[in-house]
Amino acid sequence: MECVGLCDVVLNLGVRNQELARFLASLIGVLLVSGVPLLTVIILILAERKIAARIQDRIGPNRVGPYGLLQTVADLLKLLGKEDITPTAADRILYNAAPIISFGSVVLLWAVIPFMYWNTPEGAANAVVGVNLEIGALFFVAIASLGTLAIMTAGWASNNKYALLGAFRVVALLVSYEIPLVFALVVPVMFAGSMSLVDIVEAQSHMWFVFMAPLAAILFFISSQAETGRAPFDLIEAESELIAGFNIEYSGMKFGMFFAAEFLHVFTNGILMAVLFFGGYLGFFYKAIPPLGFLWLGLKGSLIYFVFLWLRNTVPRLRIDQVMNFNWFFLVPVSIINIMVTSLILKVMQEMGYAPTVFAESSLIGILPLTIVMLLKDAIIIGFILGRLGQEGRKARIEATHAEESLAAAAAGD
Amino acid sequence: MGDASFSLIVAFTVFGILTLGGALGVILNRNLFRGTIWLMISLFGVAGHFVLLSAPFLAAVQVLVYIGAIAILFTFAVMLTRSLTQITDRFTRLWWNLGGAIVLFVVLVGAVIWPVWGGFTPGDDILFANVMSTTDLGIALVDRGSDLRQGFVLPFEVASLLLTAAMIGAIVIAREADDEEKGKRG
Repeated sequence: MECVGLCDVVLNLGVRNQELARFLASLIGVLLVSGVPLLTVIILILAERKIAARIQDRIGPNRVGPYGLLQTVADLLKLLGKEDITPTAADRILYNAAPIISFGSVVLLWAVIPFMYWNTPEGAANAVVGVNLEIGALFFVAIASLGTLAIMTAGWASNNKYALLGAFRVVALLVSYEIPLVFALVVPVMFAGSMSLVDIVEAQSHMWFVFMAPLAAILFFISSQAETGRAPFDLIEAESELIAGFNIEYSGMKFGMFFAAEFLHVFTNGILMAVLFFGGYLGFFYKAIPPLGFLWLGLKGSLIYFVFLWLRNTVPRLRIDQVMNFNWFFLVPVSIINIMVTSLILKVMQEMGYAPTVFAESSLIGILPLTIVMLLKDAIIIGFILGRLGQEGRKARIEATHAEESLAAAAAGD
Repeated sequence: MGDASFSLIVAFTVFGILTLGGALGVILNRNLFRGTIWLMISLFGVAGHFVLLSAPFLAAVQVLVYIGAIAILFTFAVMLTRSLTQITDRFTRLWWNLGGAIVLFVVLVGAVIWPVWGGFTPGDDILFANVMSTTDLGIALVDRGSDLRQGFVLPFEVASLLLTAAMIGAIVIAREADDEEKGKRG
């Protein structure tokens, strides 16, 4: 077995034994990939509370530490110190396993995210990444389904009617919104010709996919907002109807784990969107100074994360039937049409020689015609959708006025 | 390499225990919901075997389709039939089913062991010998195949026909009868 990447670095640091170096490299890798998200979540919770407060014209936490920076630490200590209650009628094993699966499903996603550029010898990934899976994009979808399982388990094991109802809703929501999510995910995979997230980033070195497939990016954005169960899709919580949904019986740090998993999931989705559509670690001098790539990725991810939060704190909650209709009658058809048209245009242009087959080996000029055509296609589809929506809205308004007038006439006649 | 094969054996044993233990858990459990969880563990073990066989794509699809979709549907179905989740009879008197299960088990085990021990030579290596990537696997699955080798078009199409029939059947069963039909029945 060859010793590349982090293993090589460890070897050069003075560890002479290759076996030991490989073991140390794996250990460091696992610790980093799982440790970074765990630490990030502490900052994320504070960031979310501060941003939400600003949008709602409040100040937010400002008592513990300078600018309230230590608020999350205080909360964490409080959660750890709380009594750990398990309902008597609960299924003890599953009840305790659910928060772990929930958090684990989010942390696992970080294994395939490429963090920065790294020049390695032939045959290995040209990036710092937990593991460069050939099926990275598929791995993302498969792991996301484990989160659904965790919520279902939590809802059932709590042995509480509200928790079960909440779990039902969540699963219905997650399973349906997975479809447009996956269909949007297919577009970058088609462009890159690979499911590996490293290859997807490399394929964007001349043009970010968001310029080639803005519609897919929007679809991915909307459905990942739904996947995390945030407003306007926060039927998971629905305090007024379900009290708190699936996690009603949980207390202390077990509740904290669900909470942290949700926060981390939102940020992870931001990072994933940066990787899939906004060029990941690509940016100025990402090759000369690799850590700069990490900064670019973090910046892009944080910006998208901010838009997620912005949306969450601005839009009111939808009803469950509205959420379902929006998915099945709007997102799913649009994403299917998008994928069909995109693949057709891509293949035709590649066959005619107007588009490169391997994006990474092309140039800005080589990729420009495809970008323009794709942009036009997305503009046409979006224009068509907006036109239809406007028409429907006008029709509904006219009908409403007619109904009002006839009502008024009937009242006058009486 | 010695230790590589050792770690392979360890991984195989772990996944084997997961698969078989999960399967045992499914049939020995009294609680249906726990049964589905055991089933997921078993399916997860199978996904692990796919990884060991250098087929990560199949492993991911296994997790995605079986754990992500089918098992979730199972849990749905189980919860909607809540009274069934509290069955306390461990042994029911379905001796005929037991006999059928034993016969099926023997046939399956025989079908797996016989080719390995050289009962017949596995002639068609279309699927397994020259598979380099998932693309090749896909082509081998649906290709008509050259001269003598038939490829797997026919089984593939039969399977899809079966699925279509099952789907149409499900729609027919689940569909609400419209007014006309209700009127006909009186």
